[in-house]
Amino acid sequence: MNSRTREKIDSLLKLIFKGAGFLTITLLAGIFFLLFSNSILFFLDVSPLDFFTGSQWDPDTHFSIIPLLVSTFWVAIGSMLLAVPLGVLTAAYLSEMAPRSLQTVLKPIIEMLAAIPSVAIGFLGIVLVGPGLAQLFGIQNGLNALNGSVLLAVMALPTIVSISEDAINAVPKSHREASFALGANKWETLFKVTIPAAFPGLIAAVMLGLGRALGETMTVLMATGNSAAIPRGFLDSVRTITATIAIEMGEVPYQTTHYFALFAIAGLLFLITMVINLTGEFFANRLRKFDA
Amino acid sequence: MEEIKLRAENLNLYFGKKQILKNVSIAFPKNQVTALIGPSGCGKSTLLRSFNRMHDLSPDAKIEGKLFLENLDLYDKKNSVTDIRKRIGMVFQKPNPLPKSIFENLSYALNIHNYPKHSIPNLIEAALKESFLWDEVKDELKKPAVKLSGGQQQRLCIARTVVLRPEVILMDEPCSALDPLSTKKIEELIEKLKENFTIVIVTHNMQQAQRISNKVAFMYLGEIIEFDTCDTIFKNPKNELTQRYIGGHFG
Ligand SMILES: Nc1ncnc2c1ncn2[C@@H]1O[C@H](COP(=O)(O)OP(=O)(O)O)[C@@H](O)[C@H]1O
Ligand SMILES: [Mg+2]
Repeated sequence: MNSRTREKIDSLLKLIFKGAGFLTITLLAGIFFLLFSNSILFFLDVSPLDFFTGSQWDPDTHFSIIPLLVSTFWVAIGSMLLAVPLGVLTAAYLSEMAPRSLQTVLKPIIEMLAAIPSVAIGFLGIVLVGPGLAQLFGIQNGLNALNGSVLLAVMALPTIVSISEDAINAVPKSHREASFALGANKWETLFKVTIPAAFPGLIAAVMLGLGRALGETMTVLMATGNSAAIPRGFLDSVRTITATIAIEMGEVPYQTTHYFALFAIAGLLFLITMVINLTGEFFANRLRKFDA
Repeated sequence: MEEIKLRAENLNLYFGKKQILKNVSIAFPKNQVTALIGPSGCGKSTLLRSFNRMHDLSPDAKIEGKLFLENLDLYDKKNSVTDIRKRIGMVFQKPNPLPKSIFENLSYALNIHNYPKHSIPNLIEAALKESFLWDEVKDELKKPAVKLSGGQQQRLCIARTVVLRPEVILMDEPCSALDPLSTKKIEELIEKLKENFTIVIVTHNMQQAQRISNKVAFMYLGEIIEFDTCDTIFKNPKNELTQRYIGGHFG
């Protein structure tokens, strides 16, 4: 091939890559535009004050995001309360204590959790975890916030474990050696030196796990009971923003207030998730710098 | 007759299948500075680290032979490794302050060994004075230790070791990352520390070994080739390898 043709191929490839890049950006911008233009149409009908302060989501009359938002956070925070300690300790165990043979077995297994489809996890929630919780707490209905939290915790676990592990591994060996040489044991070194030093990375892990939990739809739709009222506890049924959109979008009449309302709650969720993910990325980047 | 503080008897050490230390027997006299010299990779750090059992952390290290701190068998399963490390402190090649404040770098060591809370500030002050660092940091003990200069960081690491009142301090090329002025300070410090501690120091710097040590061991390919007083090693070495190394012909 002579160099002239090679240059031609080169510029053609450049064009393709450029095109792909622009397409992605255009798609993003398009989604952004769609969400926010429709949200604005919603706020022409309903005042933001009602939207953010009311207590009822009733698609004919009341459009307050509060019950959905509280449900969403209740489930997501619950899942983090379960997944963060478990994930961080698993990561610490894997990188600091486990023999190499166990590491090579456990790591892929944990990563495989991420490959389970959310509908399968939701199914497990309905037939297994939910009934189990109902029995455990002596209640009628196991399809509640706690059930969603447990399932989301399982789903967020791979993210949290693998990022926490990166964070822990990025702590220089010299810190651990300093601690051991002073006569600290493994636990003291882990809890007083390694984990504090890995803290920014652990925050990144939590944020990205939380982002995953907030955006998850199918599992919570199936497993949390779908009651759009402000929950008073973990054992109440809830309905998250994502589940609401998934349930109502199929039936809503086109271009009604209700229709726009679904865009508005999606837009808000988008903003929240974006802020959380950016925070996570910010800390993850600090981790990479620490590494170099 | 000098009193022996720390010794190894017929020590063999392997990383995996590779033998790094070969039948090493050596005894370090109390309250003296013993320097370990020898070309890179000959096993100086490995020997040093076997005394405070740092090799416990590498699963593929295998140790044969005996090591003693006075009468204490360092590898006897009955003896606590954390106690051993408290009695045999270590200063590393690259200053490695913990990512905590100056004060916390020392209080960490004390807390681990359950020193009473009220005694901690005084012990820290004394250790920082003893390590020639107090005057430079006394007004900023809360400052992150990593903000100190390299030489100050290394003196902090020495203070952190000293604060536990160990019997032996192992130093692995403590000045190799430092400028000449900081190096001089550390050498003066070592000179003073030997009144209270037994010091074993690895160094690449022949002048440094001559300046600070009472005895010198020359190692080559995992063996102790010659071990004698500083004067003998540098003025009158018996072994030809030692002569050539001292003369700068390899290394
Ligand atoms: N953790 C380890 N695993 C495998 N080999 C090692 C390890 N540490 C040191 N070695 C090897 O042991 C030899 C001696 O190393 P070292 O004691 O650090 O030498 P020195 O301090 O004299 O320069 C080197 O060949 C080095 O590659
Ligand atoms: Mg070395």
